[in-house]
Amino acid sequence: MAFYRGHILVCTGQECKQKGGKEVERILVKELKRFGLNDEIKVISTDCLGACEAGPLMVIYPEGVYYGGVQIEDVREIVEEHLLKGRRVNRLLYEMDESEENVTAHHKKDIFSDEMRIVLRNCGLIDPEDIKDYIGRDGYRALGIALTRLTPKEVITMIEDSGLRGRGGAGFPAGLKWKFTHQADGDEKYVVANADEGEPGTSKDRLIMEGDPHTLLESMAIAGYAVGADTGYIYVRGEYQLAVSRLKKAIEQAEELGVLGKNLFDSDFDFEIKIREGAGAYVCGEETALLRSIEGERGEPQIKPPYPPNEGLWGQPTLINNVETLANIPVIIQKGADWFSKIGIENCTGTKVFTLSGDVMNEGLVEVPMGTTLREIIEGFGGGMADGREFKVAQTGGTSGGCIPKELLDTPMDYDSLAEVGSALGSGALLIMDESHCIVDIAKCFMHFFEHESCGKCTPCREGNTRMYEMLDRISKGESNLKDLDKLRDLANVMSKTALCGLGQAAPTSIYSTLDYFKDEYLAHITAKVCITGDCQELVTQREEGERKGETA
Amino acid sequence: MKVKINGEELEATAGQTVLEVAKKAGIEIPTLCYLKDKNEIGVCRICMVKVEGGGGGYEPAFVLQVSDGLEIETNTPEVRELRRLNLELILANHPQDCLSCERSLNCELQGLSKELGVDGSRFAGKRIEHQLDESTPSLIRDPNKCVKCRRCVSVCNDSQGVKVLFPNNRGFETLIAPFFNKDLDEVACSLCGQCLHACPVAAIKENDAIDNVWEALNDDNQHVVVQIAPAVRVSIGEEFGVEPGTPMTNKLVTACRKLGFDKVFDTDFTADLTIMEEGHELLSRLKEGGPFPLLTSCSPGWIKYVEHFHNDFLPNLSSCKSPQQMFGALAKSYYADIENLSREEITVVSVMPCTAKKFEATREEMMKDGSQDVDLVLTTRELARMLKMTGVDFLNLSGSDFDDPLGISTGAADIFGVTGGVMEAALRTVYEKLTGEELSGLRLTEAKGLTGVREAKIELSNQTIKVAVVSGLGNASKVLEAVKRGEKEYHFIEAMACPGGCVGGGGQPIPTNEEIVMKRGQGLYNINNSKSLRKSHENPVIQELYEEYLEGVGNKKAHQLLHTTYQKRAK
Repeated sequence: MAFYRGHILVCTGQECKQKGGKEVERILVKELKRFGLNDEIKVISTDCLGACEAGPLMVIYPEGVYYGGVQIEDVREIVEEHLLKGRRVNRLLYEMDESEENVTAHHKKDIFSDEMRIVLRNCGLIDPEDIKDYIGRDGYRALGIALTRLTPKEVITMIEDSGLRGRGGAGFPAGLKWKFTHQADGDEKYVVANADEGEPGTSKDRLIMEGDPHTLLESMAIAGYAVGADTGYIYVRGEYQLAVSRLKKAIEQAEELGVLGKNLFDSDFDFEIKIREGAGAYVCGEETALLRSIEGERGEPQIKPPYPPNEGLWGQPTLINNVETLANIPVIIQKGADWFSKIGIENCTGTKVFTLSGDVMNEGLVEVPMGTTLREIIEGFGGGMADGREFKVAQTGGTSGGCIPKELLDTPMDYDSLAEVGSALGSGALLIMDESHCIVDIAKCFMHFFEHESCGKCTPCREGNTRMYEMLDRISKGESNLKDLDKLRDLANVMSKTALCGLGQAAPTSIYSTLDYFKDEYLAHITAKVCITGDCQELVTQREEGERKGETA
Repeated sequence: MKVKINGEELEATAGQTVLEVAKKAGIEIPTLCYLKDKNEIGVCRICMVKVEGGGGGYEPAFVLQVSDGLEIETNTPEVRELRRLNLELILANHPQDCLSCERSLNCELQGLSKELGVDGSRFAGKRIEHQLDESTPSLIRDPNKCVKCRRCVSVCNDSQGVKVLFPNNRGFETLIAPFFNKDLDEVACSLCGQCLHACPVAAIKENDAIDNVWEALNDDNQHVVVQIAPAVRVSIGEEFGVEPGTPMTNKLVTACRKLGFDKVFDTDFTADLTIMEEGHELLSRLKEGGPFPLLTSCSPGWIKYVEHFHNDFLPNLSSCKSPQQMFGALAKSYYADIENLSREEITVVSVMPCTAKKFEATREEMMKDGSQDVDLVLTTRELARMLKMTGVDFLNLSGSDFDDPLGISTGAADIFGVTGGVMEAALRTVYEKLTGEELSGLRLTEAKGLTGVREAKIELSNQTIKVAVVSGLGNASKVLEAVKRGEKEYHFIEAMACPGGCVGGGGQPIPTNEEIVMKRGQGLYNINNSKSLRKSHENPVIQELYEEYLEGVGNKKAHQLLHTTYQKRAK
């Protein structure tokens, strides 16, 4: 194995790539060659490093120095100054917050002391396209332990004892799902990784797959062993082409090394993994719709029961877990259920990866123990609100989550606490909005999303989302009356209680919470025809016209 | 086990659904998308009931299976409110033109609105205007009225195996139609019309020929004759509130005279003729050793289905025209000669239990000199509408007999309208021809490994012939597949496109369901039993026709008039 004195991680995540990251990487490789450094320094193209606003981003190891906003014309300077002469290029150093301290390795505690990386443990640290990097960080050790030292039942007990709950949104105990699938009878069983990640403002699964694909493969093999499946499917969101190519490469390498395929670790256990790409429907993140889609049918949710652990893919028992849920497995196997269950809070163990976006100083991905408060995340990792504006509302859990007002900033981020305040942990999306946004406009925007994404199968979701959007649209244009508020609640009620799947049931969550926490703003739109933020253009125009008329009168 | 519904303790057994237990106890739970054993996908969310305790929540009553101690509320204010809201949402996207809708007073959505006390929708907003699909002579799809219950989708895909109707697009734009919203004439639709029976509203209906029939009747230069198919006589009464299966033959004849038809004839006559020709075909195939199985050809939906999906079986199809088309051919030749009329002066109208018959009449194989043998086809429903339009007091009419000569028939012809009937009728004649003895009934048993298929073995002089009877295209397809795989061998298969045969046809009164279809079938057998002549070859007019006009069974003239060819169609 070649030895390098230094490694440069170049972020080619979605945003950095758009800003020219790929080109920077190409030039960097060229420059290293020009200076004869290509045998000493290795360039690794990596996925999102979590500080998207500073892209294109690169980190130079072993120093752990971050450079941000790197353009192709900066590359030679970095090579000459930093790599040849050992002098940092100060003007490019990526700085965090207002502090004078220059940023070093992102995962280090001094950036955001509350961060704790379990599922993202390897992201940004390894070459995702080289299985040896993964193995070098104890990769596939957990699979070895499971296959050689544990029975399937013991593996399941560990997962149960760890308290791990599904990270896809519903928070169902993972161990229980494994147990049900293990107990179910079938000619064949399957393990499916839900990597559809359609929730707007969420990119945690993408980061795991792009930055550490073997973690997913290893976890699925362990799951397969535990439930008695020999085939796994990864259902990847179609837009995640980098993830797809890295997963494919990872599967190839894993099969070559014999950690996937036949007779793994001489245990008689076989496991193969296939990739299926989604075609862009949000609803295909719902497990039964996802399974239909893998089968080649129209991706629509099915009535339950039967549940997938009993009758899933092609009618066979199927374990379906979210990518983030699965990424916890190797760590639990290696460090034990006891260790894991002490992280986070009671009934909600472990960590959660949040995708922080919106009007904060620092957007990006952060992994913290369950129960960390919203305020801690915004002020800590997020560096506070951007542009000195006031916090107004946070939507947690993605578009199907609720809206949390200022008064609830100290809500712990876990399944149960968020449910109590009418929101959801969901996918871990955190959309932070400041006072410049209108709540009616925000709600309208969410309903527009659901109107577009409803699969159209059941009445309340197919019709309800459209009618809700229409009502919000009327409110935003000053064409509504107070009855519309009752109607909105009626619709939210019938959708949340009678829709066929989680999509329809959760679609009105933001309506409930905005009606509860921001009723005055709705009333101002309806009765006074005022939108204080000016987002509702037509109300503003009406007011201006009114004023003009007033002047001439 | 015990369950509690609305506080009342009820006995239930495992595997039962809340809907079933409640129904038994006299508690009605409204449903819309639910069709037992056919469409159990739970999309309309009307039958929601409240589950008390535990996780609680609302579940569709037909999905929810009973468990010991389960407590259900079906009638709380909130349950009623949620049902009403879902109904309001459906209505908001439905043209409320009940006044002029042909399903008015026979519409499940209208019925539900009344039942749930919904008199409009508070959620009216945008609606998507869809074009009507009037591409076929048989059916009209009106997606504007569709409530997306998907009952037609299940019936088309699962029961009939035709697989042309699907949900297109998604969300509010969902459109139940052939893929890519093609028209029915661009896809492999059999035009059986079973989707129409599945539809709770008027989103699928027959392509109405009433105006054209009025036009012909009002034309003094046209001699308009009508033929009435066997299955119509036992169902038309339903349109006037009479029990399904009640024979209304003679009132029907009078009623048609009142409408102004010059002659009222019986398709039964040509059904007898079909038996003569098809029996002859079977005999000659037995003599020549095939090709087997011989497949019946009287169901036009079945024919079109074979042409689309199993066209390697085209040589197996009997070359006999269907009774409707044999009638058309004879009416414009044999009968025209008798009446001294030219082909152009006669209009042949038929009343059929079938939507595919409308298509069959327009097939190029059924034309002569550029004009159709059968000009216009009405369904049972359309005839009833015409009677209602003209104020014919159907139930109080005195009966009369069909006109001569195309009105004389045997019991064998009546049972053409029910599954197994054609087979029985054919074997009555063939058996007697070969053995000189009378066939003592046909005993059909469920075919092993093929549900919905019945079979029998008949000893004929020195030969055992194996026959099968099947109705519903999904079942029919299973038989052909089994034959193709070599698992089954038959000499003769009777297949009808619609479940139960023509009595369950797409042109029959709404509702048409298993129970009603059974009663209509029984009605036809009752007519057969009441007739003294029960074997087609005993029909005196048929004998005369062969002697005087057709120059004998299976002869060239008969072949020209009474036989046809088929064509391959795309899947």
